Amino acid sequence: MVTTRVADPPAHDDATQPATRAAIWRALAGVVDPEIPTVSIVELGIVRDVARSNGAWVVTVTPTYSGCPAARIIEADIRAAIASAIGEDVRVVTALAPAWTTDWIAPEGRQKLRDAGIAPPHAAMHDGSTQPRSVTFRRPREAVRCPNCGSLRTTELARFGSTACKAQYRCTDCLEPFDFFKPH
Amino acid sequence: MTAPKPAAPAAELSDYLLRLGDNGLVLAQRLGEWVGKGPVLEEDIASTNVGLDLLGQARLWLTYAAEVQANSGPPLRSEDDLAFFRDSAEFRNLLLVEQPNGDYADTIARQFLFDQWHVLLLGQLTLSRDERIAGIAAKAVKEVRYHVERSADWVIRLGDGTAASHERMQAAIDALWMYTGEMFAVDATERALIDAGIAADAAALQPTWQSSVQAVLDEATIAIPADPFMQGTGSRGGKQGIHTEHLSRLLAEMQALPRSFPDARW
Repeated sequence: MVTTRVADPPAHDDATQPATRAAIWRALAGVVDPEIPTVSIVELGIVRDVARSNGAWVVTVTPTYSGCPAARIIEADIRAAIASAIGEDVRVVTALAPAWTTDWIAPEGRQKLRDAGIAPPHAAMHDGSTQPRSVTFRRPREAVRCPNCGSLRTTELARFGSTACKAQYRCTDCLEPFDFFKPH
Repeated sequence: MTAPKPAAPAAELSDYLLRLGDNGLVLAQRLGEWVGKGPVLEEDIASTNVGLDLLGQARLWLTYAAEVQANSGPPLRSEDDLAFFRDSAEFRNLLLVEQPNGDYADTIARQFLFDQWHVLLLGQLTLSRDERIAGIAAKAVKEVRYHVERSADWVIRLGDGTAASHERMQAAIDALWMYTGEMFAVDATERALIDAGIAADAAALQPTWQSSVQAVLDEATIAIPADPFMQGTGSRGGKQGIHTEHLSRLLAEMQALPRSFPDARW
């Protein structure tokens, strides 16, 4: 069962069992997003917290997209990886707020995306405004660099690619099509 | 001294959460009907990915609705119970989202009119005093901003396209326009929650929606219908459970498996 909450993680003692905590983070670093299997969930910024609460370990994760079909699998993979690392079952909690952003993808994660032929996202445009923009589709789009040849002469083929978090692009220099991780 | 925070009325809150969740659930089901038969592969993928976002959001709203209902007494229900074991009169979605897919212009027009409202509504809901609603809205609004960019692009592409695509887009807007008034009709349920700082005042969104839609339709060379008649306003529409005939047919397909095999697992 997935527990969803939006509040901050509960206060916890960071000094508790540092060796076990480190082992949990190492195990998490080995868990990948099944839809982008070259990047770990830590590098994607999905893991938000590891805490000891009421005598059990609690891992807090945040979904990339509301309907991400990989979420359940990631949760199961987390529990399996940690159980095999520390011999203990953990609770996985899903936190919605603050909402995940591609700005949380670590630099190593960005390089791994590029190596896998996926153009990493540029900075998400969070204007912080709660006022709706009148005509949103006019938002200027930044040029996307081709992950294969580095050219900026690329063009969008479709607003969605192989998964909800990507768009389809094509390089007009090397002519290769590629996925672009949408800034979000 | 600040005024005490008004308590959320449970019945109204539950109803409001069903409205939010059912919009996503029903529209996701409609978009899913395009799987395997989109006009081009990229659009087949795009429309179902938008549906996936909406379904994910619907799960968050309906899970919350089920919890609110459980707190106010039995019966204890889950998001799945709400999705699969309610009949059409218990659904609270807008009439707009249950309208059939028609041709691709109909699907895109329905999507654009909804997306442009949805993005404004969610933007306001991020300010809700109910922190769970604010959290879900903050998550969802990022997804929906992308949806409205896509649907607006397509309205322009089809409206300002060939003679045939223009004609179809104009026909789609003509047919669907009368379902847009309901989006801004505030009834007693919403009024109570607006006063408690929980719901968004949909009526206040109308001028921004109108000008945003007008700008896109202008660029698409599409005219807004002159007839001001609106369906489903006056507390007699989808939000009150009074639906068009299309919803029960959609539900018959969506709910068939869990109703035939209530314990089915996969």
